[in-house]
Amino acid sequence: MTDNELPGPDDEARVPRRVIGTPAQGTAVLGTRPVETEVETPGVTLPDPADARKAERTVTLLFFVAFVAGIAFIASYVVFQVGSLDKTAVSNAALGGTLTVALLALASGVVVWVRRIMPKYNLVQERHEMRSDDDTRGYVDETFRAGAGESGFVKHKMMRRTLLLAAAPLGLAPLVLLKDLGPLPGTSLRHTVWKKGMKLVVEGTGQPILAADFDSPGGILSVVPEGYEHDLNALAKATLILIKFRPEDLKSGTIKNWTYDGIVAYSKICTHVGCPAALYEQTTHHILCPCHQSTFDATDGAKVIFGPAARPLPQLPIGVDGQGYLIAQADFDVPVGPSFWERGDAEADAREARGNQS
Amino acid sequence: MNETPKAIAGPATYLDDRLGAGSFLKRNLRKVFPDHWSFLLGEIALYSFIILLLTGTFLTFWFKPSMGHVEYQGVYEPLKGVMMSEAYASTLHISFEVRGGLLIRQMHHWAALLFVAGMMVHALRVFFTGAYRKPRELNWIIGVLLLTLALAEGLTGYSLPDDLLSGAGLRITEGVAISLPIVGTYITFFLFGGEYPGVDVISRFYTLHILLIPGILLALISAHMVLMWVQKHTQMPGPGRTEHNVVGAPFYPAFMAKAGAYFLFTFACIAGLGTFAQINPIWLFGPYTPADISAGSQPDFYMGFLEGALRLMPAWEINFLDHTVPLSVLIPALVPMGIIMTGLALYPFAEQWITGDRREHHLADRPRNAPVRTSIGMAAVTFYGILWLLGANDEISTHFHIGLYETTIIGRFAIFIGPAIAYWITYRICIGLQRRDQDILSHGVESGVIKRLPHGEYIEVHTPPAEDIAEHMRGKKQIPIVPGDDDKDGIPPKGVRGPIGKLRAAASKFYGTDHVPLDGHGHHDGHGDGHDEHAAVGAGDKPRELH
Repeated sequence: MTDNELPGPDDEARVPRRVIGTPAQGTAVLGTRPVETEVETPGVTLPDPADARKAERTVTLLFFVAFVAGIAFIASYVVFQVGSLDKTAVSNAALGGTLTVALLALASGVVVWVRRIMPKYNLVQERHEMRSDDDTRGYVDETFRAGAGESGFVKHKMMRRTLLLAAAPLGLAPLVLLKDLGPLPGTSLRHTVWKKGMKLVVEGTGQPILAADFDSPGGILSVVPEGYEHDLNALAKATLILIKFRPEDLKSGTIKNWTYDGIVAYSKICTHVGCPAALYEQTTHHILCPCHQSTFDATDGAKVIFGPAARPLPQLPIGVDGQGYLIAQADFDVPVGPSFWERGDAEADAREARGNQS
Repeated sequence: MNETPKAIAGPATYLDDRLGAGSFLKRNLRKVFPDHWSFLLGEIALYSFIILLLTGTFLTFWFKPSMGHVEYQGVYEPLKGVMMSEAYASTLHISFEVRGGLLIRQMHHWAALLFVAGMMVHALRVFFTGAYRKPRELNWIIGVLLLTLALAEGLTGYSLPDDLLSGAGLRITEGVAISLPIVGTYITFFLFGGEYPGVDVISRFYTLHILLIPGILLALISAHMVLMWVQKHTQMPGPGRTEHNVVGAPFYPAFMAKAGAYFLFTFACIAGLGTFAQINPIWLFGPYTPADISAGSQPDFYMGFLEGALRLMPAWEINFLDHTVPLSVLIPALVPMGIIMTGLALYPFAEQWITGDRREHHLADRPRNAPVRTSIGMAAVTFYGILWLLGANDEISTHFHIGLYETTIIGRFAIFIGPAIAYWITYRICIGLQRRDQDILSHGVESGVIKRLPHGEYIEVHTPPAEDIAEHMRGKKQIPIVPGDDDKDGIPPKGVRGPIGKLRAAASKFYGTDHVPLDGHGHHDGHGDGHDEHAAVGAGDKPRELH
């Protein structure tokens, strides 16, 4: 395998030069039988035997440590049970600690073995160009053409064309099969579960909200539709944030008819990529989405004042029922959440529709 | 050993009689592998992948990829009685009620991070040393595919536990997918089985995560290894190393043992991290609901650059013939990833076109000796790094007391200016290092010995550099330049005519011009081969213009 010799820079130090008058290494000294010695191969520098013996002790120690740690791993599995936070933490530390030590010791042992017991190598191999020689290429080319001719694929046109024809629908078949992965979007993205008369309830507790009790100017409440508290699909579009303002704080962007006593409901689903816009800064009335920091002005129709969101958070028309609980007056009149291709300029359409109503 | 033990010789003979494996082993047992620390980086990724397969299989024994709602009845007190998906409940079960479950789960997560990180540093090593050049372009492409697939594998795996944090990632994925023009809503509805989040996505991601993507990864990794084996590894320039040989240690026994030890080290690192460095403590986040999120949500590090791009982008949405094009989602989601992945995939071919170099290369370049390539690489690293940092701008803002919006605004400028500065600085460093090499080769190394000459002048004695270091430096190769000058009739050579040809000629000149040729400055006047007292003080300080 080795093609030529390459004396390394430290060869002189490690390998004693041949002393004049003594036979070269590997040649017979007495008679014709060669002596059994470890023969130096070019490019292979054997380690100093004394050092190798010392290294063996280190390696042995490390392997033994790995053995003990491996036993300790199995023992830890038996001894330490799981079932509570603390117990799991102890079990985790014991199992992981012993495993780590065992692997580290084993790895270190092998490294010492390679570096101090195995020879230093400086072997050389030839590289050859990747390309095949011209004869081979020629032969393959010829064989290919001969085979193509023999198969009749070239000559019999009808066969060739119908084969391609036959392959086309079969190639499409797997794609067709994927159709039932999901329903078509239709207009589902344009609606949420909100409708006239549906109660607003507090997310988590499910309590309906008395308009008179929700009296914390500057506060923010996460609100979901009654009856859909655990329906994630409904929540992904219908979750609201409810904020109460002094009526004089509200600016023109907010539709005042859709508020009740200074209480405004916006979609909580960010119009950028749909994270819940959950942070609220009381002093500035800013709603902030923690994912990409789109910031909306809650007093002004939740219009965008910073960040990548391009549209305001849609506002939900709210009112109260006979007992004074907050209810929805209608569904959102624009699609909530992230933008999509079919959405179009829903805001303009909604403005037009609102204009016609009033 | 005088004789192979029977226990090995017997089966070996049996196998060889049936498979003829002997001739394969004859060729390959002593296959030579060159040595350099940077050649080990890819192995981190390889071994992490093996650990991922092992730990991942363990996790599948208990994980239930279902979004069915259950009430939690496990041992973790704070969540008892809470409604959650089976996926989340079973992840809690693995974490608290299976011995070693938490350890293996954390090791799986750490191994995933190390897998991607290993691939990245390995790709950088291959790029900066030009090891992607002919004949290795195809293996480079396989590598780019592997990196892309690894990101997809990470994304699908990260979403499985169905906790609040992973759900936020899934929601962003949905928001990006639905923003695609024309097909976005369809893709989303097919992926989620209807509207987000639906009840299908966890089980679908599970199939992708444990079967489809790992299967492709395994196939591509095998191909990557086979090609590396067949084409033989590149080597760094040095004594006795040429384009036509490979110098190093044999596969059996040295390289085998080293690789085994390195696998064990990687394994030990991952085990240590899984034990002592908590990762993704899903029980703290609670079950997923689209109505909630925790502030400071961060994806795994390899997704950070996409997150940063999304945060950086100013609001921009256009309505086009009654249809919506949400550019503030599309651009950051597709453009940076597109630039980086397409750039990586095309680079070997672009370089070949610019330099006209169709030769095989087996000696690696030192990064300084291909200054334009190195600078382009560092500009790309900076581009990626800024996006990555900005993916954590809320953390930066909190920890360094910078306004949140300021970090974003600074980032919007930095993403254009940063790469340009990085390019320039890297270029200067490369040229500086080349000059240093040239100085060492022509003047030798300062020995620290000051000598007074008979006429009173003091000089510092220079000694020639160590032979292996000198050889390493002399390994510098000229980058070919496409001939672009007009001939005597004023006609440009073939291949550089027309506007594209002119561009090619200019790019080639820019790319290949050697500003610091090793023997181009006439410093060999008499003292290149001398042994001691050459180079009077100050001789190395002659001002040299960069042309």
